[in-house]
Amino acid sequence: MDLLSNLALGFSTALEPVNLLYCFIGVFLGTLIGVLPGIGPTATIAMLLPITYALSPATSIIMLAGIYYGAQYGGSTTAILINLPGESSSAVTAIDGYRMAQQGRAGPALATAALSSFFAGTVATLLLATLAPPLARVALKFGPAEYFSLMVLGLVCSIVLAHGSILKALAMIVLGLLLGLVGRDIYTGDERYTFGFLELSDGINFVAVAVGVFGIAEILRNLENETDRAPVIKKVSGLMPTRADLRAIIAPVLRGTGLGSILGILPGGGAVLSAFAAYSLEKKLSRSPERFGKGAIEGVAAPEAANNAGAQTSFIPLLTLGIPANPVMALMIGALMIKNIIPGPDVATEQPALFWGVIASMWIGNLMLVLLNLPLIGLWVRLLTIPYYMLFPAIAAFCTIGVYSINGNPFDLYAVAAFGLLGYVLIKLGCEPAPLLLGFVLGPLLEENLRRAMIISRGDATVFFTRPLSGALMFLAVCVLALLLLPGISRKREQVFQDE
Amino acid sequence: MPAFNVKDMAAGAVFAAIGLAFMAGALTLDIGTALKMGPGYFPLVLSGLLLLLGVIVMAKSLNMPAEVIGSVPWRGLVLILAAPVIFGATVRGLGLVVALPLAIVAAASASRRTGFVTAVALVAGLTVFCILVFSYGLGLPLPLLGRWLRF
Repeated sequence: MDLLSNLALGFSTALEPVNLLYCFIGVFLGTLIGVLPGIGPTATIAMLLPITYALSPATSIIMLAGIYYGAQYGGSTTAILINLPGESSSAVTAIDGYRMAQQGRAGPALATAALSSFFAGTVATLLLATLAPPLARVALKFGPAEYFSLMVLGLVCSIVLAHGSILKALAMIVLGLLLGLVGRDIYTGDERYTFGFLELSDGINFVAVAVGVFGIAEILRNLENETDRAPVIKKVSGLMPTRADLRAIIAPVLRGTGLGSILGILPGGGAVLSAFAAYSLEKKLSRSPERFGKGAIEGVAAPEAANNAGAQTSFIPLLTLGIPANPVMALMIGALMIKNIIPGPDVATEQPALFWGVIASMWIGNLMLVLLNLPLIGLWVRLLTIPYYMLFPAIAAFCTIGVYSINGNPFDLYAVAAFGLLGYVLIKLGCEPAPLLLGFVLGPLLEENLRRAMIISRGDATVFFTRPLSGALMFLAVCVLALLLLPGISRKREQVFQDE
Repeated sequence: MPAFNVKDMAAGAVFAAIGLAFMAGALTLDIGTALKMGPGYFPLVLSGLLLLLGVIVMAKSLNMPAEVIGSVPWRGLVLILAAPVIFGATVRGLGLVVALPLAIVAAASASRRTGFVTAVALVAGLTVFCILVFSYGLGLPLPLLGRWLRF
């Protein structure tokens, strides 16, 4: 089986000193920003994209991936200790985790979160290694029509995750797609929406959009209700869970890992959805559901396993199809495109060291995280005392200098300010920015494949439905959209986000 | 207080306006046919869709419960957005050593909570840190002093 030789290649790449170093930097930063409320992995990765210019493609993805799954670990610490999710994916962990901390069981809660995450991360890494190559082979058979349909499906699914109204999320996608079309037309070379700016003829700078919408707009949102955070930190003693605890969490961890792995693969899925779904499942299956919300250890184990599994398997659509499942993956695409690597089915065959190195690094990174999180818990807790007003000037400074360093062109900074403003206005009006970024990344790809497919089919639009694979994907997309618009489900979906 | 949902009404209006603007732009381009799409075809379809979605969101807002937009941190808004603009406008002329502190001063003043001492410490600390990381650590070719300061 060449899985072993592939993994060997992966580990030899991931164990190179420079990759180990950046993997460590990634998971360290990830834990850091995961612990700190008010700054998430999307903003951090957007901020650090410029740094990756100096690194090799494998090294940069290894670091950025580390930030993403590292943030899932860090987020749970804050959730358990001060009932404030450091990351939205750990919002569910706060429900029972904080109760456990109040009951003096903060240690076992933290250990449960870390061990569940590690187990889930290991399984998800293996899953990624076994599933990605065959999927990539299927994807190699994709024509333009299939790609178009797949992207439509991905965009529709991203609505599931967006808060608030479905119509507004749809509009955000379309707006993102339109913004993605700015620049020179690929077929005719005509300038579109550039208003004579030379800087716009290659399109709006992706990093400027991401930093504006996620970095700057996020600061503005946080400045709205600046309150003194006086975290009441529980004493952490007795880290290890008891034997009874371990027995209680085995099944939930397994279920959480399974559920998270599946939901992570789906376009639009990822860590947040996985954690919510795993918590509801455990509550439903439990023989004593009344314990949930009162410090049930299963309520910590299952969502933590699920969010970490989901975070990792969401790399599958990225590495095999080149389709981002969530905004973080959209940023990864940006990072790869900067290096002239078009993410897609070819990556596994043409860049095996990158492909397998990233996969292997995830397992190594997860191991580092357990070591980082459990013994160093006191350090992370102390970080929580940093007030936000000292953090955001640093975020603003990194955003600014980082974006400028890409092209050395002030125009990009004006774009950051413009997108920061646009992003903030839209957030204020109840529109989540994540679908916009997905649309922005997919806009040019969507158009290219649409035009190619239409040329091949001689202008027959039914091709998207009559080709079996494309038809199946379109059918799925229509189903998802229809389900979302059903009154019962859309009400339920809003409830889920209200609870958050 | 108006009887409709102001948030949705405004969001719909923003979408519709942007849709219209993109549509106007698309109409100046070659539309082409479904078989041979011109540069304007896809933007025209999308801008039409955005306009439609905007109008639907506006129409539905009439029947939605009222919702307030909430306060806007004006001081923070202006100062945070000013930070990258100030940096962009001055970095070529003044160089990193001056442009960066200027931008951080703007950003740090965004919160009323930041006292004078904290602000000074932030500006000094962040400037040194950024220059060390970006100029020396990552070796990015960012001139420390700009052309206005070279004699």
